[in-house]
Amino acid sequence: MAGRLVASFLRRLAPTVSVRADLELDAGDHRVMVLFGPSGSGKTTILRCLAGLDRPQEGFIRFGEEVWFDRAARINRSPQQRRLAYVAQDYGLFPHLTVEGNIRFGMDAGSHTRDRAETILRTVHLEGMSQRLPTQLSGGERQRVALARALARDPRLILLDEPLAALDLPLRDPMRLELRQFLRSIDVPSVVVTHDRVDALTLGDRMAVLSGGYIRQVGPIHEVFSRPFDLAVAASVGVETVVPGDIVDSGNGLVTVRVGASHLRVAQAAVMPRSVFACIRAEDVILETAPRGDVSARNQLTGRVTAIQPDGGVVRVTVDCGFSLSALITRPACDELQLTEGAMVTAVVKATAVHLIPREIP
Amino acid sequence: MDWSAIVLSLRLATATTLILLVVGLPLAGWLALSHRRGRWAVDALVALPLVLPPTVLGFYVLVALGPRSPVGHAYEAITGSRIVFSFQGLLAASVLYSLPFAVQPFAAAFAAVDRNLIEAAWCLGASRVRTFTRIVVPLARPGIVAGVVLSFAHTVGEFGVVLMVGGNLPGSTRTVSISIYDDVQALDYARAGRTAALLLVFSFVVLAMTYRLQRHSGRAWPAGS
Repeated sequence: MAGRLVASFLRRLAPTVSVRADLELDAGDHRVMVLFGPSGSGKTTILRCLAGLDRPQEGFIRFGEEVWFDRAARINRSPQQRRLAYVAQDYGLFPHLTVEGNIRFGMDAGSHTRDRAETILRTVHLEGMSQRLPTQLSGGERQRVALARALARDPRLILLDEPLAALDLPLRDPMRLELRQFLRSIDVPSVVVTHDRVDALTLGDRMAVLSGGYIRQVGPIHEVFSRPFDLAVAASVGVETVVPGDIVDSGNGLVTVRVGASHLRVAQAAVMPRSVFACIRAEDVILETAPRGDVSARNQLTGRVTAIQPDGGVVRVTVDCGFSLSALITRPACDELQLTEGAMVTAVVKATAVHLIPREIP
Repeated sequence: MDWSAIVLSLRLATATTLILLVVGLPLAGWLALSHRRGRWAVDALVALPLVLPPTVLGFYVLVALGPRSPVGHAYEAITGSRIVFSFQGLLAASVLYSLPFAVQPFAAAFAAVDRNLIEAAWCLGASRVRTFTRIVVPLARPGIVAGVVLSFAHTVGEFGVVLMVGGNLPGSTRTVSISIYDDVQALDYARAGRTAALLLVFSFVVLAMTYRLQRHSGRAWPAGS
């Protein structure tokens, strides 16, 4: 039974500071929504309001047919009544209960809870650990127990607050992919709060960018990264082209990624799944008026200039070369190239400047 | 040695502590975890016996439970005996007098429980009561033990309230401290010394054992301390 989350609310944190959220989220193909923004932008506040731990001052939160919060109708359902999974940044495992005790805590009392706990532990690869205490687990194991415990209630909505922030760096890469696969394997909408670009790109289907207390832009994740709506969004996500692609060939430390109608050559030693995001920072793109001679290990992409936006001392140029590519060049360079909208240019990108982010387990 | 006084003191302390557990745990939970208006007033009320002279508290209890008060009158109508100068009256006074010694350590221990764990329990569907009994109380165990020990020891040692409310009836209201006082008044220093020494040893042993237990449990229950 998949529900649809519709929320529009405002929570005042201080007389002049407030957080406003307008969100819609479905199960289905775009079920993982990333709430992205710098620390202090209000991400956790939004998540806590959705969970019922904080109460907004205005607006409403609806889930499917249910009203979870409505200021005008004076409805405020408790976290217990919302039947959702909320995992805080530090996971909130009960230190005096074993792994099994933690997982069974959220289950409705009744028979078979022990068997069901075992089944859930298997799905998160923690079989045999049911009698351990949380202090006897690694960071990654603790995260899995927290997820398993949250899922044991068959939640209708999953809320994760910085799920990877408490992990050591070497653990983050594998856990990130594991979490992505996990969130995709259940047909429940999820909201994931993060301030990390790689976390956002790996985990999310859609992304909402928060800045200054409200959501500036919502859209498919690569679109938000590639086409920031305004300067505030661009500043928080970084000026970068992010496009979905498929790996069509690999060998000798070089892989070829098909992106739209173009192919990118990428220096990449690690084994990658077929489906990836290709990321190119705007300052790594060089623009030329005409293709140069064959330069190995470089990508030369010819396309039409679609936008020229001055931004301080630099100019942001968008080139349509089978996909929309952002380039950041200096003003003198822009004048020298005599760029105008509609002009043909060649964008040169080193194979080492393309960064791939895997989207599924290889 | 005044054995009947010693037995009476232990009986009184045990009963007081049990009542304080039943009354004090929910009261402390409310004080520590709820954010209702008017909490400060209850806080102050609970702490009152800490600053009031025991004789003042004893005086009010005496008046409140006396045969002419509604409470005392009702008690007499039901049981046929008076509540003042009886063990039951003494018990009521000593519960009131030891209330802060139980409630304050309980409340401090509850307030120290990680708020995230309480919210995690709510999000897992646990009611406030279940969250309290399954998460908050177990994690606050060291503080609860401290409150129990303090209120027990405090009841064994109380003097002023007992004198006001209990009087000095052997076997029903004559506690250890009163017995020692009587012996000193009667210049029987040897008897007073024996009772006092026993009380001293007993108090030390109880406290030492509690600290030892606390230290042991501290390892298994890291988040509660």
